[in-house]
Amino acid sequence: MLEAIQTIPIDYYVYYATLLFVIGVFGVLVRKNAIVVLMCVELMLNAVNLLLAAFSTYLSDAQGQIMVFFIMVVAAAEAAVGLGILVMIYRNTKSTDISLLDNLRH
Amino acid sequence: MRGKRPTNRLEFPHYSNILDSLLMAQYIFLTLAAISVLSALSMVLSKNPVHSVLFLILTFFAIAGQYILLNAQFLAVVHIIVYAGAIMVLFLFVLMLLNLSKEAEPQKSSVWKLSAAITAGMLLVTMVGALRGGIEVNIPATPNSQVGLVENLGKVLFTDFVVPFEIAGILFLAAMVGAVLVGKRDLRM
Repeated sequence: MLEAIQTIPIDYYVYYATLLFVIGVFGVLVRKNAIVVLMCVELMLNAVNLLLAAFSTYLSDAQGQIMVFFIMVVAAAEAAVGLGILVMIYRNTKSTDISLLDNLRH
Repeated sequence: MRGKRPTNRLEFPHYSNILDSLLMAQYIFLTLAAISVLSALSMVLSKNPVHSVLFLILTFFAIAGQYILLNAQFLAVVHIIVYAGAIMVLFLFVLMLLNLSKEAEPQKSSVWKLSAAITAGMLLVTMVGALRGGIEVNIPATPNSQVGLVENLGKVLFTDFVVPFEIAGILFLAAMVGAVLVGKRDLRM
């Protein structure tokens, strides 16, 4: 099984994860809906997770996969608190438009 | 020679099986990569937020497939449970709760969209250009295929990483209390 994996060069995983990360950055820049922006952040975290897991498998080092596990823990906590804040913002502004949240600028 | 031909015929399919499985890994990798990249793009570009969530779930399933391909079984299971099972359901739930429709979806101006696309494209070009010089890692010739299994990861997690694991529990507790407090309508009991 793992011999079959090694027919895939590690570079493929690097470029693939880079592409997913850049799509996440693009989504953060282009979307106004705060929920979709949070989802794009999740996508960026997943791109990094995939790269960590790929290097962990190729180098036979379990610490990379442990790191992915902890990133998932932090991502879950972040999603819960972020969505709580979003619901609060929606109660006050009746919208999830992030361009309305510029009070600190004035 | 003619007498040996049946054994050759028996050996040949076995050999082609190995060859097929070698190429099969690449086919699976490329298919999953294409699915995840296309659905990630659809997530960013679709107008309806509910469609965005569903496309992101598809992306996460493709990434879980990549974990299985990497023989990281524990990560694949945890990824499906945590992301597809918990986080995306939470997103979908909030989206339904706020009742956001396609018409209420705020749109950025096309100048902003173009500049965002150019920025992201330049980031991609920069990162790929930086990585093109070659990634120097000493990949061992005989990798240990057991590294991603639950048994091995459990041993590492509960010996070398016990303290971070416990701190993760405290972090979850703090996040839970924080989310409840933030979501409460009035803070007085």
